[in-house]
This record gives sequence, structure tokens and C-alpha cells, in this order.
Amino acid sequence: MGIFYRRLPRFDYVVPKTLDEVLKALNKHKGAYRLLAGGTDLIPQLKKREIKEPEYVIDLKGISGLDTISYDGNGLKIGPLATITSIAQSPAVQEHYPILAQAALSMASPQVRNRGTFAGNICNAVPSADSIPSLITLSASVKIRSARKERIVPLEQFFIGPRITALKANEMVVEITVPQQRETSRGVYLKLSPRHSMDLAIVGVAVTGTCENGICKDIRIALGAVAPTPVRAPTAEAVLQGRQITSALVDEAARNAVTQCSPIDDHRASREYRCDMIYVLTRRALNQILLS
Amino acid sequence: MKEIMLNVNGNEHTLQVKPWATLLDVIREDIGLTGAKEGCGEGECGACTVIMDGVAVNACLILAVEANGKHITTIEGLADGEKLHPIQQAFVDIGGLQCGFCTPGMILSAKILLDKNQDPTDEEIRKGLEGNFCRCTGYTKIIQSIKAAAQMLKEGR
Ligand SMILES: Cc1cc2nc3c(=O)[nH]c(=O)nc-3n(C[C@H](O)[C@H](O)[C@H](O)COP(=O)(O)OP(=O)(O)OC[C@H]3O[C@@H](n4cnc5c(N)ncnc54)[C@H](O)[C@@H]3O)c2cc1C
Ligand code: FES
Ligand code: FES
Repeated sequence: MGIFYRRLPRFDYVVPKTLDEVLKALNKHKGAYRLLAGGTDLIPQLKKREIKEPEYVIDLKGISGLDTISYDGNGLKIGPLATITSIAQSPAVQEHYPILAQAALSMASPQVRNRGTFAGNICNAVPSADSIPSLITLSASVKIRSARKERIVPLEQFFIGPRITALKANEMVVEITVPQQRETSRGVYLKLSPRHSMDLAIVGVAVTGTCENGICKDIRIALGAVAPTPVRAPTAEAVLQGRQITSALVDEAARNAVTQCSPIDDHRASREYRCDMIYVLTRRALNQILLS
Repeated sequence: MKEIMLNVNGNEHTLQVKPWATLLDVIREDIGLTGAKEGCGEGECGACTVIMDGVAVNACLILAVEANGKHITTIEGLADGEKLHPIQQAFVDIGGLQCGFCTPGMILSAKILLDKNQDPTDEEIRKGLEGNFCRCTGYTKIIQSIKAAAQMLKEGR
């Protein structure tokens, strides 16, 4: 058993009113702070003394407008404070990106979803984070800002290792951007966990794609919880791209997806089981998107 | 110390709190309302569930300073004097509790569920209670209690 204290370590709490103030504070307190969005990862991690105790906790919730979800012809913009609940309930998400609503509802409990955010899920960057595979298949990117500059990183390149991202000490995520998809594009996220609710994925498979007249026009497959970071499965996609879809081809692609992972062996599932389940879930997801 | 204002069950409180105190600590220890319980302290069990600005949250995962200016309902805010809220009454009538540790959280999650859905199915009830663990009842009586409460609420009892 790891350490768990009911009391949090001591820190100072600041709640700036503008993004500029936050970005200045990040520069000033390099490394000695933690940003607070919903706190559903941060608070347990502090109680477990899993992360270095920060001198400052900088709450983003004093800034208005960071919780918006907006949609126009170019795509979807998710603010860093948009809660998982608000994403699941957003009419634009339900209509144009149902896979994101599905991923959102696969997470945690109503209480946690009412506080937690997609931005927090991404920045926390665990391999099993449920929002990530679906966002990767939608070619999402993150807008990152520091006091000096802004840059955009495709989500696929944002993850360096377990809990390690491309963010520098003076940077934060200010938006998750999801491009417009093809009219006929469909997506599905399948999560396998020992319990139906309140459990982390032991395998998560997201597929977004288009099949027109039996031909696969476009396919993206991303896998969670089976490698040090969420991963895309490009060679499995290549099996399908531009081809006439048959169940044999889907089967081949699903087998190929297994080769794209390096799952761990732990108390939640063995490596062998995870590999088998990648095959099963990838095949199931591809069948739903390309064959049904 | 930071000064915060909380409206708990309709009463305004101005409090001096440590930045690292959780909302649960402050509700239980400073305000003295011990209905919300600390089970796991990490968001898993739902024993600390309170309603904040209309939604269910885990008070163990929220800093008291984050709740500054918010409206909070705890289990103590449900009854009308001596008259129990219909959901509370249904739990008593049907036996939806044994040790009672999970009950405040269960009832508040049930309230949020019934506010949105007057006639939930078993499956919808289970989904609504995703974040609340009970180690005693096996859930069957809890689900029956919530169904009975839904009926009582519809009949305006
Ligand atoms: C009981 C329980 C069950 C859970 N179940 C699931 C589950 O099923 N699936 C799942 O994926 N997750 C799950 N989680 C984890 C967690 O709820 C999610 O990862 C959530 O999305 C985190 O969002 P948050 O806003 O609460 O993050 P926070 O805790 O506020 O932040 C997380 C990290 O990201 C950083 N951060 C936050 N916002 C920014 C930003 N804009 N820029 C830079 N850094 C930032 C913070 O400093 C912190 O290090 C669960 C957690 C709990 C407590
Ligand atoms: S004590 Fe808060 S969820 Fe268990
Ligand atoms: S009645 Fe004991 S935990 Fe639910």
C-alpha cells in the first residue's frame, strides 16, 4: 500500500482573474506550482504524496469563459474548464462528435464528471485516460500558451510517457481543438474495465472512420491503457485504408493493432489478456464503424 | 488563513479556512454538520457527496477555498423540521440502509437523479448511483427505496 494522508500538504492558494495573471505566475514560480482545474486527479495525488508538494496551487476557476464549448463550421473548441458532464451534455458534441460524449460518460461517476475536465485528463496524461483515444482519432490538437508565445501541438504528439507531456514548466493548455469531420464519419469508443462504473480502462479502443459503398475512405484507430502513452495504430489503419471492407480484412487489422502496443502486466490485467482484448475490442469497434 | 463565504442549507457562513482544508473538513469540523462522511477521501466511495450549485460533488476532492460563494446542500438540509424528505422516508420505510454510512451520499445522489427524472428505471438508478458505494445492503433495497420515493414524490407526499 502506498501512502495516503487524509490531510493535504500545506500550500498557498491563488485564484487569478485573468489568463495573463496565470501565465505570469507560471513564469515566476517555475516548477513550484500546480494548476487546479477540477482537482479530481490533483487532490488525490496530493493526498497520496505522489507528486512533489507545490508551494502554490493556482486555481483556474477564477477566470471566466474558460469553460465554454463552441462549435462552428471549422470544428469544436473545448475550453480548459469545460467539465466532463458539460461535454457529455453538449448538443454540439452529441450531434457532431458522439464518440466524445460516449468517452465522457465512460469516465468515473456523476460527482467526478461534474468537476473533472478533459484538459485535466489530458494534462494528467495517464495511459488509461479515457478522453484521449477518441480525441486522437478525431485528430484533435491542444493550444498551449506561455506568457511569451502560443503553440499548437497535435494531441498525438503531446504525450511523452506516463504522466509526462510536451508542456514546459511555464506553459498551460488553453484549448482542445477538434477539427470538422467528414459528414459520413462515425466513431466509437469501447472501454473494458473489470467493473462497469468507477473503474479505469484496462483496454480502451477508439475508432473513427468512414465507409462509402463498402470502401474504407478514412480510418483512425487509437488505443488506451496498453502502452506508456495512448497510441495510434497506423499499420492497422493501413490494412483498411482505401480497401473493400470484409470481415477477414477487419480481423487482419484487429490482429495488427495488437502489434502496435506494449501492455504492462499488473494486478488489473495480465499482458496476455490485454493483448487478447485489444484484438477483440478493435475488431468489435471496426465492425461497428465499417461493416454495420 | 483565507476568508470564505458558504451558504450551507440556506444559512450563510463566513469562515476563516486553511488553503489546504477540504470542503468536507470545513463542513464537518468548522460548521459541525457531520452528515457528509469521509470514507475513502479520494473520490471513490461517494460518502462525502454534497450538492453544490445544483450538482452532486465529492466534498473530499474540493478545497474549501474553491467553494467560496457557493450554495451547498448537505443531508441535514433535506428534512423539513421533523418531517423527513420523501427520499429519506422511503429509505426508512423500505430498509434502504443498514449501517447508514453511505446513506447521506446515496440520498443526495438520488435527489439529483429524481429532480431530473421522475420515473427512473432500475438501470437509470444504478447509473445515477455510480459514484456511491454501499458495503452493506447489496443495493437492492436502495433501488427499491428510490422507486418508492419516486412514487411518493409524484403523489406529492
Ligand atoms: C474516483 C475517480 C474515478 C476516476 N475515473 C476515471 C476514469 O474512469 N477515466 C479517466 O480517464 N479518469 C478517471 N479519473 C481521473 C480524473 O477524474 C480525470 O483525469 C479528470 O479528467 C481530471 O480532470 P480535472 O479537471 O479534475 O484535473 P485536475 O486534477 O484539476 O488536473 C490534473 C492535472 O492536470 C494539470 N492541469 C489541469 N488543467 C491544466 C491546463 N489547462 N493546463 C496545464 N495543466 C493542467 C493539473 O495541474 C494536474 O497536474 C477518476 C478520478 C477519480 C477521483
Ligand atoms: S470520501 Fe469522498 S468519495 Fe469517498
Ligand atoms: S448501509 Fe452500510 S455502507 Fe451502505
